[in-house]
Amino acid sequence: MSARPISDGKAAERRLGWWLCAPAALVMLIVAGWPILYSVLLSFQRFDLRFPDDKAWIGFDNYQAVLSSEYWWNAFGVTTFIMIVSVAIELVLGMILAIIMHRTLVGRGLVRTVVLIPYGIVTVVAAYGWRYAWTPGTGWLANLLDESTAPLTERPSAIAIIILAEVWKTTPFMALLLLAGLTVVPEELLRAASIDGASKWQSFVRITLPLIRPAILVALLFRMLDAFRIYDNIYVLTNGGQDTSSVSILTYHNLIGGLNLGIGSTMSVLIFLTVALIAFIFIKVLGTSTPGSDK
Amino acid sequence: MAEIVLDKVTKRFRDGTEAVQEIDLTIADKEFLILVGPSGCGKSTTLNMIAGLEDISDGELRIDGDRVNERSPQDRNIAMVFQSYALYPHMTVRENMEFPLTIAKLDKATIKQKIDEAAEILELGPYLDRKPSDLSGGQRQRVAMGRAIVRKPKAFLMDEPLSNLDAKLRAQMRTSISRLQKSLGTTTVYVTHDQTEAMTLGDRIVVMRAGIVQQIGTPQDLYERPANLFVAGFIGSPTMNFLPGELVNSSIATAIGEIPISDRLRSGLSEHGPTGRDVIVGIRPEAFEDSRFVDDQTAFTFPHDIDIVESLGSAKLAYLDVDIDARAHEHFAEIAQESGAEDVFGSQQIVAQLDARSPVREGDSMEISFRPDDIQLFDPTDGTNLTEHD
Repeated sequence: MSARPISDGKAAERRLGWWLCAPAALVMLIVAGWPILYSVLLSFQRFDLRFPDDKAWIGFDNYQAVLSSEYWWNAFGVTTFIMIVSVAIELVLGMILAIIMHRTLVGRGLVRTVVLIPYGIVTVVAAYGWRYAWTPGTGWLANLLDESTAPLTERPSAIAIIILAEVWKTTPFMALLLLAGLTVVPEELLRAASIDGASKWQSFVRITLPLIRPAILVALLFRMLDAFRIYDNIYVLTNGGQDTSSVSILTYHNLIGGLNLGIGSTMSVLIFLTVALIAFIFIKVLGTSTPGSDK
Repeated sequence: MAEIVLDKVTKRFRDGTEAVQEIDLTIADKEFLILVGPSGCGKSTTLNMIAGLEDISDGELRIDGDRVNERSPQDRNIAMVFQSYALYPHMTVRENMEFPLTIAKLDKATIKQKIDEAAEILELGPYLDRKPSDLSGGQRQRVAMGRAIVRKPKAFLMDEPLSNLDAKLRAQMRTSISRLQKSLGTTTVYVTHDQTEAMTLGDRIVVMRAGIVQQIGTPQDLYERPANLFVAGFIGSPTMNFLPGELVNSSIATAIGEIPISDRLRSGLSEHGPTGRDVIVGIRPEAFEDSRFVDDQTAFTFPHDIDIVESLGSAKLAYLDVDIDARAHEHFAEIAQESGAEDVFGSQQIVAQLDARSPVREGDSMEISFRPDDIQLFDPTDGTNLTEHD
């Protein structure tokens, strides 16, 4: 933006714009801004509902406690692992689905609807579906395994199942975002590439992928932010047992289960900061990624 | 370098409509061939079939004697320049031109040499590291050409490559494309809807209409001996004038008088119907002249009021209101509508291109001449040229 002087009319228009936005901004401030601020305030206090009289400002003590806790880092590791592995798988599968949806000529609406069904099912419902499926004795998936195994009671297999449930559930969302990217790649460029001698795979890698990079980054950003806050699948499948807690599960256990508002708030602030960091990095990368825009 | 043969090539869509009907065409090695016609005539479809971007429904396409119907575009070794240029927006000019070469896995030194060569020919040297979005329309067009020529393909296919440029640049690029094609000697098929481009560029021109080839010939052939009304009206600018007429003994009765039938016309006409039949007379605007500048005894002269005069500098265009309506003929109306040229096709005006020295003014009455041998006679029902036979 250059500091060009603006005319009176323009200035009045801008003022009107701010006034029109004001109600929405005010509501946002009340419902989002205040809770965030409040949890930040709580994170600097010793505040355990079991000992309400013991409330005090303690500066960064809560942060020190959380950041030196083995439980926190274990949950952080589990969450990051689930996030990276599930988003990676979703990206590949989502891309395949997006290409299928993009290339389908007959029954396009049906194909898209079918692909989107998992995303339309409430996560908790789907998670219970997976839990029953993996329950020894009665679950159809568990019955495919040895009778003696109970996959949800062992850490590696439990994490694998959590990832499976996540991937099954959110791949359609990824596919949808990628599909939006695919539709803006001009058909003519792919024709030109095929005339230039490129195979389908070569033109995908060298033309399509670079051109939909912004869409891929947006999809990755959305999914990583979401995946880092994973809660419902884990809650239903293991409820954090066998060291499968995510940071959100751990926060919930401290905040609601343990009634420790100080520690719980500290954890949610840390989650907030991590998520903000991820978003910040992505937006930095995104800003210079639109093809042809980097002058 | 290659000969391209289309043997009864047909494109039929799923709903049964035929976009292209049984094209028979042999494009000689090194030839510059133009496909021209109004939009929807099947010229681009034909080009895309040669490229492999559209399946061929029937018939055979041979490049250098090999049937290539089933080959995918990347296996045909042809290059194409698109109307939108289809430059890869995320690559620099250099990367765009390198693309086909890196796909072909040439070594780095060869690639660099070829790019430098092409950049020199097309004067793209200073722009090699820019992105297409930083280039002007003319520069983008040259990059598209560059990407085509670096490969030394068997043929160039060009789909209206100049139609996104302004008039002046288009004329410049037309010359440079022509020069480039001559110096490289690569077989070229060029699609355009612009008859001027077709006339100036092509060794031979294929005029198409509604999926059917109307005439194939050199620019001069098409201009002097159009096979039918459609070609006559499509080729030439300003458009040929059309007057309904009736054959009466040794002359043709028209709104501008009784035009005598020349020997050439008579010999052509002999096998066509008796006296009294309806014809459509075609006269090119260039055939007319101000009588003051004509001393040809055989010239046919008629007096007429001049409605409008346009001075082009090198010549004057005089518009004459004539009480005719060629559109009364069904065939005529159909052509006019198809070519989107209702205003020129069979309008109630005659356009005469006169010597620039002519003192004619709007509202004057003057004498205009033309040689009776310069006219064409067409059948009003099917539009065929009655005086030209293969």
